[in-house]
Formats: sequence, structure tokens, C-alpha cells
Amino acid sequence: MTSMKRRIFLKGTLATGALGVAASSGLLAPRSVLAAWSKDAFEAKDINSALSSLLGSSNLTASTRIKIKAPDIAENGAVVPVSVSTDLEGVESINIVVEKNQNPLAANFVLGAGAIADVSTRIKMGKTSSVLAVVKAGGKLYSTGKEVKVTIGGCGG
Amino acid sequence: MSSIKLRASAKDGVTTIKALISHPMETGTRKDAKTGEKIPAHFIQEVVCTHNGNTVITGNWGAAISKNPYLSFSFKGGASGDKIGLSWVDNKGEKDADETAIS
Repeated sequence: MTSMKRRIFLKGTLATGALGVAASSGLLAPRSVLAAWSKDAFEAKDINSALSSLLGSSNLTASTRIKIKAPDIAENGAVVPVSVSTDLEGVESINIVVEKNQNPLAANFVLGAGAIADVSTRIKMGKTSSVLAVVKAGGKLYSTGKEVKVTIGGCGG
Repeated sequence: MSSIKLRASAKDGVTTIKALISHPMETGTRKDAKTGEKIPAHFIQEVVCTHNGNTVITGNWGAAISKNPYLSFSFKGGASGDKIGLSWVDNKGEKDADETAIS
């Protein structure tokens, strides 16, 4: 009995120990970036206002130099792998927009020095929609889209 | 236990980073099946990845990023042993960070 209690006690201390370490290492995260998250852009209900508040413009130029990789049919809308790459020069950010999601803007990646314009992630899609890759390069917005069919929605609908 | 799984490898002058984060990524629109009440939004808003302390990429995310987010990208430069750091902050102010060396 006593050994059981001791075991539980040890488990408890180990857990708090790990949490403490995680919390303190989290403090090392740069503070300045906190202000960058745009509530207006991510809560916008349409693409134009999302892009305007995030990138200052919603004027898109179609470009064949952006490649978007996503499945033609996504069986599970909760997990749709998307990759965006481009050979455009002076890329500042890569943005992923899902046209028919409640809040179209899914992700914005700001590239730092040396970063290659090629990112992959996984997104949720409520229903069949066009997925837009919007690239900001040299102050202008370029985009390419791809239609993804969703058989089961991923936004809790 | 860190919530972050981080891998970085360098090849031909390009470093590729792959990260997997354990996070529920709740959109705030889902309902609890039992109570019928909305599950509050809980998702990562910012992910920052650094190479030897310099920011390489900053990701601003909405709730439309999948549960247990995956992120992969690469950058020019980086050598074996260099430090790669990744940190995230969510809408509740929770955060975590991890560090690895380029293999």
C-alpha cells in the first residue's frame, strides 16, 4: 500500500517537473511576434476582407509559378495535407485560404532570411472548396487555386 | 513531456525541418455530443522557428489548421549541430518550446 502511494507521489512530482521545464523554456519565445496575429484577418468571413486586413490588399494576380499540392478528394476534411511552393522572387509570405470555410484564412507563413518558399501543413475543410495559395512577393499578391472535394467535413458540422 | 516533435536535417546546403505538435486545435464551433454545449476555441495562433536564434519562419494560424498540427519547410544554410528552436503560443496564452540540433 505504502509503495503504491509512493509511486503515485513520484509520478506527480515527475509531471510537475516536466511542466516547469516546459513553462520556463516557453519564456524564451520571442515576445515581439505576439502582436502579429491578426484577429480581424482570421475571423473574417470572406477572402477579400481577410486578405486586406492581413496583407493590405486583396488584389490577386493568378500565377503559374506557384505550385499547390493537395489531394483531389479528401476523405476526411479534418486532415487535408497541403503544400505550397513557388519560384517567385522576393517572397515575403505564403498564405493558405480555404474559400468555403467559415473563416477562409487558414494560415500565414512569414518567411525569414534564407527560408525557402516551400511549406507543408495539414488543414481542416468544412466542405468541398477551392483552396487558394496566396503568395506575397515584392509587395504584390499572387495566387493559384486547387479544388479539393471533401467527403466528410472537418469543422464539426 | 514536450508537445513538440522536432526533426531537422541538412543536405546539400539546405536544412529541412519537420515538426509535429500535440494540440487539440478546437475551432470553437464544435458541440459536445453529450451536453450540446459549444466546445470553446482552443488553437495555436503562432509558431516561430529559429536557426541559431534567428527567426527562419513565423506561422500565424487560424483554427482551420488540423488537430495535432504538422509543419514542414526548409531554409538555405545550416550545418550539422546547429540549433533549431520551435515555439508556439495558443489563443489561451498556453505555450511550449523545444530545441534540437541539425542531424
